[in-house]
Amino acid sequence: MQIEATINNQKMTLEVAPDELLSDALRARGFLSIRQGCDTSCCGLCTVWIDGKPTLSCTTLAFRVKGKHITTIEGVRQQAEEFAQVLAAEGAEQCGFCSPGFIMTVLAMKQELKNPTEQEIIHYLTGNLCRCTGYLGQLRAIKKYLGGA
Amino acid sequence: MKYVGKGVPKIDSLRIATGHPVYTEDVVPANPLVVKILRSPHAFAKIINIDTSKAAELEGVVCILTHRDVPKTRFTLAGQSYPEPSPYDRYILDEIVRYVGDEVAIIAAVNEKIALRAMELIKVEYEVYEPVLDFETAHEHPSVVHPETDLICNVDIAMQQDKNIVCSHYQEIGNVEQEFAKCAVVVEETYYTQAQAHAMMETYRAVSYLDHTGRLVVTSSTQIPFHIRRQLARALEIPASKIRVIKPRIGGGFGGKQTGAVEVFAALVTLKTGQPAKIVLDRRETFTCTTSRHAMRIKVRLGADEEGYIRALDIEGLSDTGAYGEHAPTVFWVLGEKTLPLYNKTRAVRYHGKVVYTNKMPAGALRGYGATQGTFALESAVNKLAEKLHMDPTELRLKNIIRAGETSLAYHGKILGSSTLHQCIERGKEMIRWQEKYPRQEISPNKVRAVGMAVTMQGSGIAGIDTASAEIRLNDDGNYTLLLGSTDMGTGSDTILAQMAAEVLETSLDRIIVHAADTDISPFDPGSYASSTTYVTGMAVVKAAMDLVAKIIAQGAFLLGVPEEEVTFNGEVLQCGEKTLTLQKLAELTVLGTGKLQLVGHGTFGSDVSPPPFVAGFAEVEVDRETGKVELLDYVAVVDCGTVINPNLARIQVEGGIVQGIGLALYEDVKYDAKGNMLTNSFMQYKIPCRKDIGNIRVAFEESYEPTGPFGAKSIGEVVINTPAPAIAHAVYNAVGVRVTKLPITPEKVFQGLQKK
Repeated sequence: MQIEATINNQKMTLEVAPDELLSDALRARGFLSIRQGCDTSCCGLCTVWIDGKPTLSCTTLAFRVKGKHITTIEGVRQQAEEFAQVLAAEGAEQCGFCSPGFIMTVLAMKQELKNPTEQEIIHYLTGNLCRCTGYLGQLRAIKKYLGGA
Repeated sequence: MKYVGKGVPKIDSLRIATGHPVYTEDVVPANPLVVKILRSPHAFAKIINIDTSKAAELEGVVCILTHRDVPKTRFTLAGQSYPEPSPYDRYILDEIVRYVGDEVAIIAAVNEKIALRAMELIKVEYEVYEPVLDFETAHEHPSVVHPETDLICNVDIAMQQDKNIVCSHYQEIGNVEQEFAKCAVVVEETYYTQAQAHAMMETYRAVSYLDHTGRLVVTSSTQIPFHIRRQLARALEIPASKIRVIKPRIGGGFGGKQTGAVEVFAALVTLKTGQPAKIVLDRRETFTCTTSRHAMRIKVRLGADEEGYIRALDIEGLSDTGAYGEHAPTVFWVLGEKTLPLYNKTRAVRYHGKVVYTNKMPAGALRGYGATQGTFALESAVNKLAEKLHMDPTELRLKNIIRAGETSLAYHGKILGSSTLHQCIERGKEMIRWQEKYPRQEISPNKVRAVGMAVTMQGSGIAGIDTASAEIRLNDDGNYTLLLGSTDMGTGSDTILAQMAAEVLETSLDRIIVHAADTDISPFDPGSYASSTTYVTGMAVVKAAMDLVAKIIAQGAFLLGVPEEEVTFNGEVLQCGEKTLTLQKLAELTVLGTGKLQLVGHGTFGSDVSPPPFVAGFAEVEVDRETGKVELLDYVAVVDCGTVINPNLARIQVEGGIVQGIGLALYEDVKYDAKGNMLTNSFMQYKIPCRKDIGNIRVAFEESYEPTGPFGAKSIGEVVINTPAPAIAHAVYNAVGVRVTKLPITPEKVFQGLQKK
């Protein structure tokens, strides 16, 4: 079926199959930052924003974004790099496979929460798994980023 | 030093973090065939018939391969230097399937949907056998997991195929029984460590195609590109010279990608069809059809004299390798190698036991590689001994552990080059405030807080076996290219190796281009495993850089017309008295005008020793007496990894390893049902720690200087996973008196222990 959606501020007409997942649809159209780490909505790797809200693209049917605004990390390059620099300075990006989804969640959190406590940060990001860093370096980076932003 | 010891960011950090296409699946040639695997629903069966005719008729299906269509050479998927100690016990596809998930047919189609539809249309008849599922009775089981007659062992691992025994091992130094008889105090306990999943975020994947000369090119998320090339050559029965393996960025490995889980399937499809092919395992396949940590039963006996010196140490292991023997003997040997030398006041030590086949997913390499299992058992037993001796467990260790300059029975006269483990223990005690908190504090009628501890060691590379090379090229514009065959799985090894090169070449990091790894281009490296990259490849890089500096000076002297000995080089300028030549000019002259000679430095390094890094780990837990719930409040890890090359990256390595160790201690467990189906096949059932599960973790370094290492460095990657399980188990015991000897330490086990009291 054909749907219209806005991806990273560009209006697009997409031909999607009824059972096509948004993550697959985005990757097929060259948004290769979309990563999948599970098939059960557990890991947060595939997080994109739909109308500004962080959403798991691997469990969203593509046709459901009809008329909506989708943002991938390609659409927020500058913000993403600003945070990625803080993350890298901490040494906390490691394999990087989970980073795009993680960064999209962090940027969404920054918009959503005012002066979050450490517990609020941890709670907001609980759905974003990472097997390399042990999370603490990411937390240090977030605190620096929020403090300095 | 300008670069060594500095916490510089990873050279690839920004691109990987912000989602640029750098991983295997991002660099796929156009329109590859999608490869899917039909897998066995039975734990043990013989394929009587496969009918692929209906599936083959489906439009878009390009090829379907069964055991009738594949080369019949036995091989191993273990990523080890040839000749691998792991048995050659696999075909690409066999008519016998040995675990639920074992490969039955390879399907290649123009897209995933068609491949999956084709899979449903394949009809397979099985003769189902009685599976071997309990590793403790596998050796007595009437079923034989590997009845084939063409299984090959490169080295004598004392296999007893008919008894499902892959490998037997016996090592005794001194007379253990005699020494036990003399001991004032003896403790004995049997411990169980579970299978653990790697759970790296990027699942297994590979892409293959034929290049312009018809050679097979395989791009893979692997830790071991050179071993993959050799494996493919053997399994596919083609010369290794016809194969090129490329490793792009890797989304985590932890030893899982030291086993060639997928490459052969894509490669075979490309060879059969001539078309590019891609295989990507989903999370469920990654959990159920690759490898996990070897589950083990470990019996430990420790004997000490009245003063608290440990005099006799006896460890007996039984390891479950599952359906195939990847890493079976070596993981088992490493358990002994990394535990026997730690307490060196011993007069006799013994390590012995067996590894058995069962009809479960194969076990393989996983961070810690046997040392993790051994550390849990040995350190738990040491804590038990301390209690029996009425000694503080930190004091018992300070008294008994090996020091730099000493030897150990298991070292056969070799001397330990470096260790600050004593300082690590002292510092960790202060950080956790051991004196105030040991053993416990009552918080409320239900809640008790307590501390526990453990120490551990690992190695750095495989002594006497694994050798790496590095090359550094001086480019025409005065920059350098560092060519490596090792794999950065996210650890930052490319960066720290460049830091080492920059230090020797006295240049800046941005003037070094790092290239790793491509078997056509890279110098040989066994790969990134056994905690070898910083130490083994690092030393090769240092040697290559020194070689290049010598060549720069020699060529500079030639161009200046002065004796070599009189030339100095500061990274920018070559000087002899008044005469100078810039590096940039020299570089230019390597490709232009007189004196043309492009300079390349080479370095090769393999070590006779495997210097151990050490960790002292301290846990503080809160246990709920009513529910058995264990909450980890604080974890302190003090690490001796020699010289810390990059403190930021090293710290993250420690934190990440500790969290993986916490997972092993408290949450993670690969479980099967009574028929051999894996129950923990998603992140829903297999619980790796999330941000809320880990409490606080604090890391400190007590640097030592390893004389055989690059700039005094040892390894860090694996050792960091070993202490959480025994330290947390110790803390739980100190809190409520329940000794959990079977990982993971779940609330149920603690609760049941409390009920028995």
